[in-house]
Amino acid sequence: MKYLGILAALCVPIASYAEPNPADWDAVREGATGQTVYWNAWGGSTTTNDFLAWVGKRVAEDYGVTLEHVKLTDTADAVTRVLSEKQAGEDDDGAIDMIWINGSNFAAMKDADLLFGPYAEQLPNWAIVDSAGKSVQTDFTVPIEGYESPWAMAQVVFVHDTADMPERVGSMEALLEWAQANPGRFSYPQPPDFLGTTFLKQVLVDILPDPLVLAAPATDENYEEVTAPLWAYLEELTPNLWREGKAYPATGTAMFPLIADGELDLSISFSPGAASTAIANFELPDTVRTFVLDQGTIGNASFVAIPYNSGSKEGAMVVANFLMSPEAQARAQDPAILGYGTVLDMAAISAEERAMFDGLDLGIATLTPAELGTVLAEPHPSWAVRLADDWASRYGVAQ
Amino acid sequence: MDNGLELRDVRITKDGAPLLEVSRAVSSGEVLTIMGPSGVGKSTLLAFVTGTLSSSFEVTGGVFLNGEDITDAPPHQRRVGILFQDDLLFPHLSVGQNLAFGLQAGGSAASRRDRVVAALSEVGLEGYADRDPATLSGGQKARVALMRMLLSEPCALLLDEPFSRLDAALRAQVRDLVFARARARSLPVLMVTHDKEDASAAGGEIVTLTPI
Amino acid sequence: MKSRRLLPFLPALTLLAMLGPVIAGLYGTVMPAFGHLPAAGLTGPSLDPFREILAWQGLPRAMWLSISVGFISTLLAFTIVALVVAGWSGTRVFRVLEGALSPLLSVPHAAAAFGLAFLIAPSGWIARIISPTLTGWDRPLDLLIVQDPWGVSMMAGLVIKEIPFLLLITLAALGQIDTRRSHAISQALGYGRLTGWLKTVFPLVYMQIRLPVYVVLAYAMSVVDVAVILGPNTPPTLSVQIVKLMSDPDLTMRLQAAAAALVQLALVVFALVVWRVGEIGVAWFGMRWVARGKRGKFDPIVGKFALFAGATSAIAIALGLAVLCVWSFAGFWGFPDALPEQLTLRNWMRHSSGINQALCETAMIAVVVTLVALLLTIGCLEVEHRHGLRVSTRGMWLLYLPLLVPQTAFLPGLQTLLLNIGADVGRLPVMFAHLVFVLPYVFLSLSDPFRAWDKRNSTVAAALGASPDRVLWRVRLPMLLRPILTAGAVGIAVSVGQYLPTLLIGGGRVETLTTEAVALASGGDRRAIGVFGLMQTAAALVPFAIALFVPAIVWRNRRGLKNG
Repeated sequence: MKYLGILAALCVPIASYAEPNPADWDAVREGATGQTVYWNAWGGSTTTNDFLAWVGKRVAEDYGVTLEHVKLTDTADAVTRVLSEKQAGEDDDGAIDMIWINGSNFAAMKDADLLFGPYAEQLPNWAIVDSAGKSVQTDFTVPIEGYESPWAMAQVVFVHDTADMPERVGSMEALLEWAQANPGRFSYPQPPDFLGTTFLKQVLVDILPDPLVLAAPATDENYEEVTAPLWAYLEELTPNLWREGKAYPATGTAMFPLIADGELDLSISFSPGAASTAIANFELPDTVRTFVLDQGTIGNASFVAIPYNSGSKEGAMVVANFLMSPEAQARAQDPAILGYGTVLDMAAISAEERAMFDGLDLGIATLTPAELGTVLAEPHPSWAVRLADDWASRYGVAQ
Repeated sequence: MDNGLELRDVRITKDGAPLLEVSRAVSSGEVLTIMGPSGVGKSTLLAFVTGTLSSSFEVTGGVFLNGEDITDAPPHQRRVGILFQDDLLFPHLSVGQNLAFGLQAGGSAASRRDRVVAALSEVGLEGYADRDPATLSGGQKARVALMRMLLSEPCALLLDEPFSRLDAALRAQVRDLVFARARARSLPVLMVTHDKEDASAAGGEIVTLTPI
Repeated sequence: MKSRRLLPFLPALTLLAMLGPVIAGLYGTVMPAFGHLPAAGLTGPSLDPFREILAWQGLPRAMWLSISVGFISTLLAFTIVALVVAGWSGTRVFRVLEGALSPLLSVPHAAAAFGLAFLIAPSGWIARIISPTLTGWDRPLDLLIVQDPWGVSMMAGLVIKEIPFLLLITLAALGQIDTRRSHAISQALGYGRLTGWLKTVFPLVYMQIRLPVYVVLAYAMSVVDVAVILGPNTPPTLSVQIVKLMSDPDLTMRLQAAAAALVQLALVVFALVVWRVGEIGVAWFGMRWVARGKRGKFDPIVGKFALFAGATSAIAIALGLAVLCVWSFAGFWGFPDALPEQLTLRNWMRHSSGINQALCETAMIAVVVTLVALLLTIGCLEVEHRHGLRVSTRGMWLLYLPLLVPQTAFLPGLQTLLLNIGADVGRLPVMFAHLVFVLPYVFLSLSDPFRAWDKRNSTVAAALGASPDRVLWRVRLPMLLRPILTAGAVGIAVSVGQYLPTLLIGGGRVETLTTEAVALASGGDRRAIGVFGLMQTAAALVPFAIALFVPAIVWRNRRGLKNG
């Protein structure tokens, strides 16, 4: 009986431990002070690593939050970890406080109740986000409902070295013809890499007569028929790929050195400003430019989400809010830093804040917002999952 | 026997096979020489007396020093000094530090230093305290090794082929020195050797071991 | 006095530290492999995980890669080493080669693999140096060299790294047997240098180095970092696939990972059995070869070829490090320029904070783990000395066991177990995981010099009244300073090079130079890879320099310890 009493005493503080209320911002700021936030984010790019380090410095100065960047090679690692922690009963202080996330990983975590929220629309800076014009309410057609907050806009652009490939191509069909005429000069990252899967979706969106079918979940009935043109396309493209499709670059940035060496003339990127940034860092020659397709290209937002079992939710919300501040957004858009598109509504911020954006030199390889043209919606995530699996069994194992 | 070193009914066997049997006593100031061909177990007997015999040997009988049974005492509490054919001066210590290593603990730093200096001058090595032992000649090393052992104030002295590495001229000189110092301190000495000259110079009883 | 109470427990503690995680990890792998993972709400037994992994189309190729890479790289490295030692040991050329290969032993596998990739890729340094003058190439050839589907470049990477290891192991074994006389006799009987050595000395040497050779085979079959950098991706090797499955968001994939881990374990066991049978076969043919009495007329050619291969591997590692260095300072460097357009410190400055953090983490783990390993090792050896024990052949197998069980077979299970007890976060579990691999190497490195120490020193010291503890601290350890520091350097190099234990057990939170460098592989930023690869190499090499210079300085006035 004595032990029961001790047990009860131990349980009381845990039971009365309240979830932070995102609407009470003062309390959130107060709770955040002194917290350490482990932000799990892809660590393969030094420019993003540098930006995250800068964010860490700023939130430490303004809010007393310590930010640790846990570098991932694959965001799925972080999802696994939260999932295993839930299975193991670690519900109060998991290893992860914040994840750079979107698409299927978000859908999986939201589905499995692994996320804290809703919180995003209660953050003070949500008021200046362009929630009508930018796709920040749905993530790959999945309603967000406040379970993740946006911090950057991304859009597919094609990167070409004008020294070897002077003219852009206007469609995926034209790209195939160009590849057939210039074998070995194009590649895309190996799915299930995020950008590699995006390439498959980009092909599908561009060659399907009616891409609207992709907005609904893929079904066993329609999957084969809808994707058949894609596989026919890849059958023709693959022998003309770099290394004849026997090997693929691991990631998008892994294609930069290949362009710099002249192995590739053309590649794909999900960040309109990345090419300019890479030129500044000597990773690409200054003859590189970017283009989009006539019908437009796929775009989406990058988000951060907070796991349900984070022990530093207040700190994570403070970081998420800071990421949406004009200061952070303008820095992220600077091609010398990161070159990511902003999620803010230029009309909702002050004139001085707008001046920070207007003063940016976007760089020689970066298209203006007008040139970027139409942003096409992401297909439902079920398509990406099936496409990546299907691709792996067709091309991911050597025949 | 109350004075000296006694090996009482010592019988050493290895893996059940008998190796040697000996039962002798050495009085203070006397030398007992053990001779015999190699492999007969001379060094084994010394290891038994120092307490460092490998557990693969079985022994009956005992060792008594000044009447006290030291058969089961740990090696460092037996007060039995030993000199090998190699000087075995510790190469990481200076000559003086080697000598100080042998000194019993206690006493002021100054008095310890004085005793080291005195020991060096006793064997004609004044001013050698800070020398690297590796830079000494063979005879000098042997003298330092002897004084290091004597500074530890042993109650008995074991000699394991102690002079066989020295050349003929040096050999007699060092041998006389060792025996003289041992006699001066009234130590019982147990020497194993295969050298007849060493044995006769010792002047004491000679036991010749033969394979059992 | 405390040490006397603690000392007798050290051998048991050492065994526990070395084998406990391996056994626990295997247990943690077997359960989910048969469908039992209560954490995911699954209870076994079931054969579904095996059915699923068998259904993966890449499995036959991944298994074949594991076997072919393991056998071919081990056989090549071993043959080259045997022929070099046979044909050249005792010569001046051999001493030069030995001197060149010894420091390369501690170059981490990841850094050597990156260096090789930067050399041999179609846009690598070699192609840059000979282009366009010799080749006419103004763009790199579209050739699949690095990450080729047959694993050739991966084998090359393993061979150049295993040659220094096997060479030094062989030399250590040679020191323990009397080889000179039998070799001299065989040469007097008219046998060629190489043939004579193979016929008379080799069988004795092989007895001594058999276990390290098995370690090389098991390692090559299951290595992850080298496979990530140089190995194929369509499909990857089985071990890389296991790591991929382990990180899938779908928890049930862990069952497949566990099943694949057991397949990997079975493959390694199978390969070791095949190798053993091969040994018997070679011995049988060898006896007939000896009996036929051929004197070896091709000796000079074979010997020169082996020397060329050995020298090539040393040059490959050294040039690889050089090209990492060039990339780390490179401004824009287009093909086919032999050198960058400009050199800059910008890359180093950009990564300085990341490097500082990773270096501190790496050093803290390596130093703590190595100190613990030294403490346990010295404790074990001292117990052995005081109680007159000898380590049996079976004991040696125990020592090698953690190195023979593939890392991918027990680390996933260990991570699952640690997760279940909530001890999966942070540096401490990573240190325990490193200890599993550091301990055997520290023990193997220190045991020979420790046992070779003249025990009469301890008899003399005891006779002078020094207690066993005083003998240990004041006489034995100072005299063995150089081998102890060398063993410490070996331990640090092993710890610095650990990739999988840091990645899996650290759960991504523990970032060492090695995990950072391998993580950069996917990003393809060659400047960053150059910076991190060089730092990783430095972290492993500097301790060896310290082990060389500290005794030289401390004992500068002690000639007796010059070669100690």
